[in-house]
Amino acid sequence: MKIVVPVKRVPDTAGEKKLSDDMTSDRESVEAVLNPLDEWSIETALQLKEAGKADEIVALCIGPEAAQATVRKALSYGLDAAVQVTDEGVHGSDALGIARILAKALEDLDADLVIFGSQSTDARTCIVPAAVAELLNRQALTFARHIEIDGETVTVHREHEEGWDVVESSLPAIVSVVEAINEPRYPSFKGIMAAKSKPLDTKSLADIGVDPSEVGLANAAAQIQDAQPRPPKEAGTIVEDDGSGSVGASALADWLQEKKFI
Amino acid sequence: MSELLVLIDHGAGKPRKVSLQLLTAARRLAAETGDTIAAVWLGPGAGDHAETLGRFGAQKLYHWDSEDAHGYVTLPQVEALQKIVEDGDVAGILFASTNHTKDVASRLAIRCDGGIITDCSDVEVEGGRILGTKEVFGGDMISKAKVAEGKLQLFGLNTNAVAAEEGDGGAPEVVSLDVSLSEDATKTKVVSVEKQVSGERPDIAEAATVVAGGRGLGEEEGFRLMEELADTIGAGVGASRAATDAGWYPHRFQIGQTGRTISPSLYIGCGISGAIQHRAGMQTAQNIVPINKDPDAPIFSIADFGVVGDLYKVVPALIEEIKKRKGD
Repeated sequence: MKIVVPVKRVPDTAGEKKLSDDMTSDRESVEAVLNPLDEWSIETALQLKEAGKADEIVALCIGPEAAQATVRKALSYGLDAAVQVTDEGVHGSDALGIARILAKALEDLDADLVIFGSQSTDARTCIVPAAVAELLNRQALTFARHIEIDGETVTVHREHEEGWDVVESSLPAIVSVVEAINEPRYPSFKGIMAAKSKPLDTKSLADIGVDPSEVGLANAAAQIQDAQPRPPKEAGTIVEDDGSGSVGASALADWLQEKKFI
Repeated sequence: MSELLVLIDHGAGKPRKVSLQLLTAARRLAAETGDTIAAVWLGPGAGDHAETLGRFGAQKLYHWDSEDAHGYVTLPQVEALQKIVEDGDVAGILFASTNHTKDVASRLAIRCDGGIITDCSDVEVEGGRILGTKEVFGGDMISKAKVAEGKLQLFGLNTNAVAAEEGDGGAPEVVSLDVSLSEDATKTKVVSVEKQVSGERPDIAEAATVVAGGRGLGEEEGFRLMEELADTIGAGVGASRAATDAGWYPHRFQIGQTGRTISPSLYIGCGISGAIQHRAGMQTAQNIVPINKDPDAPIFSIADFGVVGDLYKVVPALIEEIKKRKGD
């Protein structure tokens, strides 16, 4: 069985973010990292391979040349190979545009199972895995907190606001995973060294057969009109308790009462 | 006249609070666009609530009264909505930004040539199109986005983004849907449903007040104190990632960048330092109240009211104080 793990290069959450004049993320201005949620999807794939359920794990990344560092990071965990789609035409694509590019790239990769992180920390839309499944006419089992493969059947515990549903489908399928699914490992020194020489296939949009009129900023279905930094908040009232608890509690109760919360 | 659809999120046979908020938002939009508002209830149980939905703005109610549409099933719901869009004149769809509806919306957008803006904290009309406000980059920036001209507009709103207000509408016209499912729509099977509801305590997405605990609790037992405070003021209980990673509270209650986003009226964070990853999930709360013994904790910089002190002293005293003032 072949597993593909899509990975994304995202701005470091702790860094200062800026937008370019065209309202797309200014990725030059901030340090970029592997999307933290992708560590859980990578770990899920590795555990399935170690359990003998998969033979090969391929990372798939859409991003500029600089994203190669992200791809190598993904490989350092122990994945076998990677495909990177790098093309000027990708710039400014919205989530559905990215889903179209991923779907085309996945057609060539012929994966039995695609495992996404449930979201990226920059856009946080969560809509890419299901959109890719729709484009590939596959079943989607998203927000998985547990996964089992038995022959051609995949079963997941699909997390939602009230608990989880046990859901099953047949392969090939698309899965996304949440943090509860496992504890990601750290790349080993050996893994980091090996990642440098693992196969990385770079492709253009034309290589994977993407129609340029369906992707990119000019064709994005979701169009950002304006973006501004969050306005600074006025300083609130801070009360220091005297160690008894009652001073702080009493002041807070006064405030809650004044605000009509109690 | 075009229709603005509102996908009704319901559980235990009744509409969730967010659905009435969505209808209120739809009324504001329709007042400018002239669209009619049609609620969509997928699954059994709409009948008892038609009048309520009408009062909040639904002029029409599409109802697919079938167990096939019930619960966390994606493709049957996509196919029902697709039928409404293809048979009618739909300008846009408002939905609750939950895990499930995001799946439904994204598949529908591909099928019906739409665009999606998720996790909106507000919606308005500009130039005849819906304009959604949402936070990006972990809440550091606030953006406004539209769906391209000519495409179906799909907007996901956060719970509590808009306050639910009753209008003066009467009972809506009920239209029964008859959906013939494709073979693909039944290929994913829900084998069982595992509910993890904590008694009567509200879910953190719906709750007007949320009490959250973090690393500073020091141990799992600290969450019993959080629950006691929450129950005193009718709040939901959430946790920081440090607390869920430590196994002190279930993952689905995690607030933050890799967890859930909440927008309550009041957020009380205990033993939470307020790292940017946590703030990404709670900084739209209208009132932020940290209780933390570290005066330099970053959460104090976004506090409306904060207490520097030992939470194990302050919180029990606060519970007593609140009970006293409420006359309990």
